[in-house]
Amino acid sequence: MTSQQSQQHGTAVDTTPVIPLPLGTARVLTAAGAALTVLSTFLSWTWTDAFPGNLTVTGYPGGLQLLTLTGALLTLVHLLAAWGIRGLRMLDPAGGHGGTVWTAAGTFAATWYTLIAIAVQLGGLANLEPGGWVAGAAALLTLTGALALPLDRRATATGTARGRLAAVRDIMRTLHPGRTGRPLPPARPLPGWAEILLIAAAFGISLGVLTYGIGTRYGELFTGFLFLTGFCAAGLHQAGLTTRLAELTARHRNVTVAAAFVAAALFPLTQDTDEYTLIIVNILIFATVALGLNVVVGLAGLLDLGYVAFLGVGAYTAALVSGSTASTLHVRFPFWAAVLTGAAASLVFGVVIGAPTLRLRGDYLAIVTLGFGEIFRLAVGNLDGQSGPSVTNGPNGIPNIPDLELFGYNFGDKHSVGGIALSPFANYYLLMLLFTVIVVLVFSRAGNSRIGRAWIAIREDETAATAMGINAFRLKLLAFALGATLAGLAGTVQAHVAHTVVPEQYVFAGPVPPNSAFLLAAVILGGMGTITGPLLGAALLYLIPAKLQFLQDYQLLAFGAALILLMRFRPEGIIPNRRQQLEFHEDTAAKAEA
Amino acid sequence: MTGTPLLAATGVTMRFGGLTAVRSVDLTVRPGQIVGLIGPNGAGKTTLFNCLTGLYTPTEGTVTYRGRTLPPKPHLVAQAGISRTFQNIRLFANMTVLENVLVGRHTRTREGLLSALVRGPAFHRAEAASAQRATELLAFTGLAAKSGHLARNLPYGEQRRLEIARALAGEPGLLLLDEPTAGMNPQETRATEELVLAIRDRGTAVLVIEHDMRFIFNLCDRVTVLVQGEKLVEGTTETVQRDERVVAAYLGTPFEGAPGQEEVAEVEAAEEAAAESEGQGR
Ligand SMILES: Nc1ncnc2c1ncn2[C@@H]1O[C@H](COP(=O)(O)OP(=O)(O)OP(=O)(O)O)[C@@H](O)[C@H]1O
Ligand SMILES: [Mg+2]
Repeated sequence: MTSQQSQQHGTAVDTTPVIPLPLGTARVLTAAGAALTVLSTFLSWTWTDAFPGNLTVTGYPGGLQLLTLTGALLTLVHLLAAWGIRGLRMLDPAGGHGGTVWTAAGTFAATWYTLIAIAVQLGGLANLEPGGWVAGAAALLTLTGALALPLDRRATATGTARGRLAAVRDIMRTLHPGRTGRPLPPARPLPGWAEILLIAAAFGISLGVLTYGIGTRYGELFTGFLFLTGFCAAGLHQAGLTTRLAELTARHRNVTVAAAFVAAALFPLTQDTDEYTLIIVNILIFATVALGLNVVVGLAGLLDLGYVAFLGVGAYTAALVSGSTASTLHVRFPFWAAVLTGAAASLVFGVVIGAPTLRLRGDYLAIVTLGFGEIFRLAVGNLDGQSGPSVTNGPNGIPNIPDLELFGYNFGDKHSVGGIALSPFANYYLLMLLFTVIVVLVFSRAGNSRIGRAWIAIREDETAATAMGINAFRLKLLAFALGATLAGLAGTVQAHVAHTVVPEQYVFAGPVPPNSAFLLAAVILGGMGTITGPLLGAALLYLIPAKLQFLQDYQLLAFGAALILLMRFRPEGIIPNRRQQLEFHEDTAAKAEA
Repeated sequence: MTGTPLLAATGVTMRFGGLTAVRSVDLTVRPGQIVGLIGPNGAGKTTLFNCLTGLYTPTEGTVTYRGRTLPPKPHLVAQAGISRTFQNIRLFANMTVLENVLVGRHTRTREGLLSALVRGPAFHRAEAASAQRATELLAFTGLAAKSGHLARNLPYGEQRRLEIARALAGEPGLLLLDEPTAGMNPQETRATEELVLAIRDRGTAVLVIEHDMRFIFNLCDRVTVLVQGEKLVEGTTETVQRDERVVAAYLGTPFEGAPGQEEVAEVEAAEEAAAESEGQGR
C-alpha cells in the first residue's frame, strides 16, 4: 500500500542499481566511458579495408563507427539531462536514468557487434587495431557506469527482498507499455507553432533514420543499425520522449498526418538511384496490405491466413485489363477503371469466401481461409487453357504489364516536376503512398466509429456483442469485405510496379514478402489494431531479409525464433494499442477494490 | 392487470439432449413492473433468460414482446427492445468504460461504414449525441469518473453496474438482469436496489434473477419461482413469501408453520454467505 502511495507521488521506490556503486562514481564512469567512446570512433579500428565501410582511417569516423558515435553522443546527452543540466531537461522529460541505460546498451551492442564482426570476418582478434580495443573497452565502461546508475522502477509485490536478477528483470520490464519509470510531469506549455515545429522535427529525424537504414550498403551496417535504433528507441521511450511526442501529435492530429505524409513523400528526393526506391515501393505495398489485414485481424479479430489471395485477385484483375500482350482479355482500361475493377473483384471474392465461412468461429475460420489462399494460387496456376479455361496464363503468369499512364503522365518515364527529378519507381512510390494514405484513413475512420466499435466488441466477446444488438455475421462480413477490397486496391498497383504477376507471388509462406504468413506477422509484430504498428512491422520484415543476405537459408528459422521471443516478452507487439497502454489504470483500480 | 403485456412467454421448454432445463414455463412482464425470477441453483433461470433473449432457440414455446413474436436471434431481440446483463460478467474487457456503453447504443444509431468514412455533419452529430447519452448513463450508474478506464480494470461491483449501463444504452423497454448483486457487499447491494428502482422509474420494466431474498422482496411487484425447470409459484411477493413450497424448495426440508423471521434470516444469511464466497472466488 505504502509503495503504491509513494508511486503516486512520483518518488522513486526502489533504486537498487544492477551494479552497486556510489551515484557520483557511476556518473563519472558513464560520462568518461561515453566520451572515450566518442574519441575512439576517430581512431582506426582495423588495419585493412577488407571489412566493409573502411574502419582503418584515423581522423574521422566511418561506416559502423558512425553508429557508435551516435550512440555514445546520445548516451552523453541523456546522462547530462538526468544530471540536471538545464537546457537538456526537455530531452529527458521522465527525468530518470532509463534513457541513459538503454542508449548505453545500444552503443555497447553496436560497438561490440562491430568488433566481433571484424574478428570473425578477418579471422581473429589480431585484426583489431588499438582503436578497436579502446572502443570496446570504452563502450563496456559506459555500460558498466550506466548500470550502476539508480533506476526508477515500479515497486513490485516482493518489496525490498530483491536480488540482482530482479533488477535485471525490472530493466526489461521498464519497456512494457505504460510502465515508464515515473509519471511524466506536465509539459511546459509551448506556443502552437513551436509544437508543430517539434512534430515536423520528429518526422524529419524519423525520415532520416529510415532513409539511412534503407540505404545501408552492407549487412553488417544494417545489423549495427538495427541494434542501435532498437535500443535507442527503447531509451527514448524510457526518457519519456515518445510519450511527449504522442501528447503533441494527439493535440495536432491533422498536422501530424500531413507531416507524416510530407516526410514520406520526400523520400524519393533523398535517393539518387532507383535501387532503394524500388525497395520502399515494395515496403509500402507490403505495409498497405498489412494495414488492410489489420482491419480483419486487429479490429474484428478474424484470423485470416489466406489474405494474400485478395492482393492476388486485385493484381491479376489489373493485369488482365492492363492491355498486356499476355493477357487473355485484350482490353486496356484506364488506370482508375482498373483500380475500381480490381477492388470490386476482390470485394466479390471476399464476400463469396466470407459468406459461408464467417459463421464459423475461431480456428475453423483460420483453416478455411488458409485453404482458400492455397486454392487461389493453384487455380490461377491452372487456368491456362490446358488444365482449365484459358484465363490467367497458368504458371507463367501475365508478364509485360505496361507502365501506368495517368493524364498523359507515363509512370515508366523519368519526369522532372518543378525541377525535381522523378524516376519511374519514384512515380510509383508516390502513387502507392496515396493508396497507403487512403488505407490509413479508411482504417482510422472505420475503426473509430460505430462500426469499428462493433468490430472490437465482436472481437472481445461475440455473445455479448450480439446481445447488444450487433448482427455479428453481417459486421464480420463487412470487415472481411473491406479488408479484401483494400488488399485488392494495393494489388492493382503491385501488378504495374512488378510488371508481371505469377501465381507463386501469392503463397502462404515464402522468402519474399508479402505473403500471408508475413502479412500476419507484420500485424502481430508491429501491434494489432494500430496504424503505425503494421507499417513498422512491414518495414522490418521486408528490410531484414533484403539486407541480411547471409540469413537466406535460415530466414524462416530466424523469423520463427523472433516471433516466439516476441510473443514471450512483448505479446502486444512493438507498438502497443492504446487500449493496452491503459493498463496503468490497474493500480488505481486495485486500490479502489482494496 | 390491464393492457397488453410487455413480455409474454408461453410454454417455453428447453431441452439439452435428455435434460429438460426449462419445462413449459409461462411468464409475463407488464409495463412498469419489476418481476423477480427466483429458484435454487440449476433451476433453469439463466436458461430461461437465454431463451427469452434468443441466445437459445427454445425447443418449444413462443416469446412475444409488445404482442410481436420474437425471432430467436439475439441481435433482433435487442433491436426489438430487450436488453440484458449476464450472470458471469461479459463486458468488452479491453474497451474503455465509455466505449462499452457506446457499443450498447448500437441499436439506436444508424451510421454505417460509408458514413464513418465520409464523416459528414450527420456522422459527427450522431457520435456527439451517442457520447452525450453514454456519459449521462455513466453518471446515472455512478461510473462517470471511470469513463476512460478499461472495463477489465474496474472493481467487480462497478463491472456489474457497467453491464447495466451498457444494457440501458440501447434504451430498452425491458431489462433482464441475471443476478445483478452477486458478489456484492451489502452496501453495494442496497445501491443496486436504488438503481433498479430508478430504472423502473425511467419507464423500463425489469425482469431480475436474484438469490438475495431481501432484494427480491424489497423491489419486485411480482415473483416467479422456478424449481427444476418448472414454474412452482407465481404471484405477489406476499404470496410467494407465504408459500410453503418455496421455502421447502430452498431449504430442502419439510416445512412447519408460517415462515418466521428466523427462517427468512437464515435463508438470507445463507444467500449472503454464498454471494460473498462467490465474490471472493474471483
Ligand atoms: N448449454 C447447456 N447445455 C447443457 N446443459 C445446460 C446448458 N445450459 C444449462 N444447462 C443445464 O440446465 C440446468 C439449468 O441451468 P441454469 O444455468 O439455467 O440454472 P440457474 O437457475 O441459472 O442456476 P444458478 O442459480 O446456479 O445460476 C443446469 O442443470 C445446467 O447444467
Ligand atoms: Mg443462472
